[in-house]
Amino acid sequence: MRQVAIYGKGGIGKSTTTQNLTVGLGEMGKKVMIVGCDPKADSTRLVLGGLAQRSVLDTLREEGEEVELDSILKRGVFDIKCVESGGPEPGVGCAGRGIITSINMLEQLGAYTNDLDYVFYDVLGDVVCGGFAMPIREGKAQEIYIVASGELMALYAANNISKGIQKYANTGGTRLGGIICNSRKVDNERELLENFAKEIGSQLIYFVPRDNLVQRAEINKKTVIDFAPEEPQADSYRGLARAIDGNEMFVVPKPMTQDRLEQLMMEHGILG
Amino acid sequence: MLDFTPKEYVDRSALVINPAKTCQPVGAMYAALGIHKCLPHSHGSQGCCAYHRKFLTRNFRDPVMASTSSFTEGAAVFGGGTNLKTAIRNIFSIYDPDIVAVHTTCLSETIGDDIPTFVMEAKVPEGKVVIHANTPSYVGSHVTGFSNMVKGMVKYLAQNSKTPNGKVNIIPGFINPGDMREIKRILKAMGIEFIMFPDTSGVLDAPMTGKYDMYPSGGTKIQDLIDSGNSKETIAFGSFASADGAFELEKKCKVPAKVLKTPIGITATDEFLMAVSRLTGKEIPQELEEERGQVVDIMVDCHYHYHGKKVAIFGDPDVVAALTEFTLSMGMIPKYVLTGTPGEAFEREVRGMLSEAGVDGKVKSAGDLFTLHQWIKEEPVDLLLGTTYGKYISKAEDIPLVRIGFPVLDRSVHSYLPITGYKGAMRIIEMISNALLDRQDRDAADEDLELIL
Repeated sequence: MRQVAIYGKGGIGKSTTTQNLTVGLGEMGKKVMIVGCDPKADSTRLVLGGLAQRSVLDTLREEGEEVELDSILKRGVFDIKCVESGGPEPGVGCAGRGIITSINMLEQLGAYTNDLDYVFYDVLGDVVCGGFAMPIREGKAQEIYIVASGELMALYAANNISKGIQKYANTGGTRLGGIICNSRKVDNERELLENFAKEIGSQLIYFVPRDNLVQRAEINKKTVIDFAPEEPQADSYRGLARAIDGNEMFVVPKPMTQDRLEQLMMEHGILG
Repeated sequence: MLDFTPKEYVDRSALVINPAKTCQPVGAMYAALGIHKCLPHSHGSQGCCAYHRKFLTRNFRDPVMASTSSFTEGAAVFGGGTNLKTAIRNIFSIYDPDIVAVHTTCLSETIGDDIPTFVMEAKVPEGKVVIHANTPSYVGSHVTGFSNMVKGMVKYLAQNSKTPNGKVNIIPGFINPGDMREIKRILKAMGIEFIMFPDTSGVLDAPMTGKYDMYPSGGTKIQDLIDSGNSKETIAFGSFASADGAFELEKKCKVPAKVLKTPIGITATDEFLMAVSRLTGKEIPQELEEERGQVVDIMVDCHYHYHGKKVAIFGDPDVVAALTEFTLSMGMIPKYVLTGTPGEAFEREVRGMLSEAGVDGKVKSAGDLFTLHQWIKEEPVDLLLGTTYGKYISKAEDIPLVRIGFPVLDRSVHSYLPITGYKGAMRIIEMISNALLDRQDRDAADEDLELIL
């Protein structure tokens, strides 16, 4: 079982990319589980066809500690297992603790069955506190992919996340598997991302081009492969799935300084 | 006394009144003290540690040593990594234990401190060990904390080195040092080699020697904890306190696990003896058969003291379930059975026992003593069987209380004497019988006061 965590700046398209990617893997015949680690609980909407998944923490709140696995785990397209950890309403409580609670609960309930090929953790924004590092602690997710684009703030976040990975890589087995570019059609985007990835010691594992089809599929509560299997964008996600399935480059990232990051932008980015 | 407890029971979802449980770290600390030369360490603010130590000290009337990470506001914001690493360095250089058993607190759990990483990064002197268990008190109870620490011992220490030692592992559960002594005595009488962990006998019931020793002579040796991975089987007493540790050992070292009831009463003790006898091929010696016969004889002689009396039992799930079975076999009626520890498995198990015996009783896990009091107000019982916290209901309703389980804070000597095994069964019968007869004498009119009962 490969356990994979997807990180990246808020709004970069982690959930969209994760779901399209997992459906790509599902189409290849892989057994996949997605664990949404975002209080917004929107990590599995496309795989489940819009079905509002009841989150682990909602279930916990309403039914007490005796939760059944069936009530929190739903199956979507290609039989992908979907779990949303959920969390408190905006502005209250502690979302980080929520993630710790729900991952512990999944383990306790035996959600991690041996027949799974992949478990994906879709984690909100930055690794802001201890709870959001839960998926990369204690030998859970061994590989991490960071979703980024050619915008400075996306790379800034990616660099910051690398610091978190570096911290846990020293003691656990967590490694960075690569950067996934979710294109924003910024000038010289691919070159910039390739150089960014190289600089932190990793690779640009895949370049997902920008296509409005993704938004159309999203409105229809579907992944692209499901919505328009013949379109080139569907093939892009299939390509991403193959790239991740065949990936063999796992490294301890070497994050760079802010100055170096800005310099890199100047060299290759928008002004390059 | 408790004048405002209304008779009518109303379902409550967000309020616990007079809880029948305490924090996870209390159990984790108790388990850790069952390792020889171990200093329990509380990863959190100082108040947690002080409270948990005091709680144990009051029950055992022996000093309980533990250190703390002494969180301040800074630790709450930046995480407790630095505190723990400094603590580990200081502990080994000042207090020199062989092993430090770290347990977490609500605060460090909410921060999300990654203890395994901190431990790995800490400077632990050669030959010394640091283990840990996560013990958030907003989950489970002190029994859960005990179970988590036992699991931690297995996770960090047990090893299968492919050299079978022919021994039986015994995880005694959350019981008194006197009980652990009794279980060891039984195993020795049978000639069985065993590793018991944790083992607080000789630690929390240590004798006065005239010399203070921070680490008394008792407790499971680290070497034995490592060797537990080579044993032929693990017998875990109690599904709440011990099963997780036994299953972890099964998973990690392929030592088969067997979960039994805490050996309280004749049936549960029989099951224990038969299980070890089958496992090792050892006969049950005359010495133990004789004790069993004595208990049966006592029950024949004085069954009328307690037969048909209604009893309310409360406390920790493993002990309460075993006591329910024993009181049923004594011919008593366990009318109300309640634990503060959450777990539907407890309710299922106890309801099964009651329905098999044809007893119409109420059973509750994650309950509180307010609920128990309300039940009693609705239909009274003849006897309360449980912890010190029952003394208020006892006084309010004028019902005798036999103190048994954890904690007993207002009587002493209990932690030295067993309630397990046949000797323990004898003792329970004596306590129950005396309590009921004392009441009978107290209530008797002068002309009815009998000399012989």
